[in-house]
Amino acid sequence: MSTTLLPLDVHAVRQDFPILSQKVHGKPFVFLDSGASAQKPKQVIEAMRFVMEEQYANVHRGLHYMSEKASDAYENVRDKVAELLNAGSREEIVFTRNATESINLVAYTWGRTALKPGDAVAVSEMEHHANLVPWQMLRDAHGTELRIIKITDSGELDWNSLEQVFADGKVKLLALTHMSNVLGTYTPVERLAKFAHEHGAKILLDGSQAIVHRAVDVRAIDADFYVFSGHKLYGPTGIGVLYAKAEILDAMPPFMGGGDMIASVSYQKSTWAKPPHRFEAGTPAIIETIGLGAAIDYVRGIGFKNIAAHEQHLTEHALSTLSQIEGLRILGSAQDRGGVISFVMKDAHAHDIATLLDRQGIAVRAGHHCAEPLMGRLGVTSTARATFGLYTLPEEIDALATGLERVRKIFA
Amino acid sequence: MSEALYQSIVLESSRNPRHAGRPDVFNAEGQSENRMCGDKVSVFLNGADLRHEAQGCAILAASAELMCEAATGKTAGEIAILSDKFEHLVTTGQETPELGELNALASIAQYPSRLRCATLPWDALRDAIARAGSAGGPANG
Repeated sequence: MSTTLLPLDVHAVRQDFPILSQKVHGKPFVFLDSGASAQKPKQVIEAMRFVMEEQYANVHRGLHYMSEKASDAYENVRDKVAELLNAGSREEIVFTRNATESINLVAYTWGRTALKPGDAVAVSEMEHHANLVPWQMLRDAHGTELRIIKITDSGELDWNSLEQVFADGKVKLLALTHMSNVLGTYTPVERLAKFAHEHGAKILLDGSQAIVHRAVDVRAIDADFYVFSGHKLYGPTGIGVLYAKAEILDAMPPFMGGGDMIASVSYQKSTWAKPPHRFEAGTPAIIETIGLGAAIDYVRGIGFKNIAAHEQHLTEHALSTLSQIEGLRILGSAQDRGGVISFVMKDAHAHDIATLLDRQGIAVRAGHHCAEPLMGRLGVTSTARATFGLYTLPEEIDALATGLERVRKIFA
Repeated sequence: MSEALYQSIVLESSRNPRHAGRPDVFNAEGQSENRMCGDKVSVFLNGADLRHEAQGCAILAASAELMCEAATGKTAGEIAILSDKFEHLVTTGQETPELGELNALASIAQYPSRLRCATLPWDALRDAIARAGSAGGPANG
């Protein structure tokens, strides 16, 4: 495996990520846990330092130089996100804390007004808890129904099950992952959006994993809602995005009340600001939002064509390398899959695998990956998971394979 | 040594346990579970005999086995002292002769994220003793 064939200059990219030069337990740091949270390039770190040292004040309220500078920088990121997603307008971009908050926002506001008791929300068996629990809470508070679409043994959405779930016409929202955080499966989002719309339902997509690897076009998909977290996209924690079509946002009541989300306030009554500010109560994560803007500039500078090709290259290399390890089983075999690889090993528990790899400087995640029901469906209690980023080298996957051979020998 | 935790005594105890399996009859059953990772362990008291049923990682299985070996034949009071000493061992890494083979788990102190795997069986044992005690069972010594 020669790195000269890589679709992007990974060695140059790695120079941008200061943390990657560290040693862990005296070994080179091999970070294969980007799917949980990605590392940050110095461009993001620098943008956040710059705003704090040279351009910081609260946004949207100060009639002074610094507030205007900070407000411009903050609002400028909304344009960057709108471009990233190819949204119809910047007003369709709401800043939240993370994808979890974005989904909760939709469940709490749209869910309690656009849905009636007896309407159903459909999710799949391969959702992160973030796209399951908010709909359970809505069910319990509002009397909606929650339906589960099955997946096949290969880890793809079961289309027969989808049709069954929609058969009685009660489903008004299809809430699905765009890429499974356990199986790496990409869902056919354009087809699913068309299906949902033909059945009188809206579609919400959890793009937390997909946004990192592929160019996302919410208008081409015809998504009604699209959510993601900044921290998986090489940005900081504490900033996430909710995209929703303008006409949907216009009809949604506020999520939280407070400053910045109002048009007028009196003791008797308040009126709401227009979207997106209606959904952004209180002082937002100004510094983190600007960091997200820098992260978006960074990935767009590299180009999603290159990023996607790199991910595909790594995924193929990982699938072929890891499948040669005796007793190792990779979960899921979807045709369209990416750089999220969960596996189990005969005789070695996922936590023992993770601990032994850690001692070799290799970071993987082990556990249920916030997808307990999916673990049950797959017949396992936990898995080890390797996830890739744009700084991941094929040699790091080789190091993982060597590490796993060592684990296998210890437990043999 | 970087893999000190996985020394032969730990692997051997998890692989070839002598105290594993749910007995047909028992006086009391105690349970403990780590919801974060799905690890589960049950401990069964049957007179002087101790059995465990561990579902999880090698550290959990080894700890359950070594615990049953060490605690068999001891009174509830002696087990409480042993449990405190074990807690001290796995949090500080300081071995003591009276812990015998339990000392094999000393290096868990270097793996804070795995501490719970080693202590879970002891929680289940305390639970079993409490249940036996409330039922007036024989382990209440």
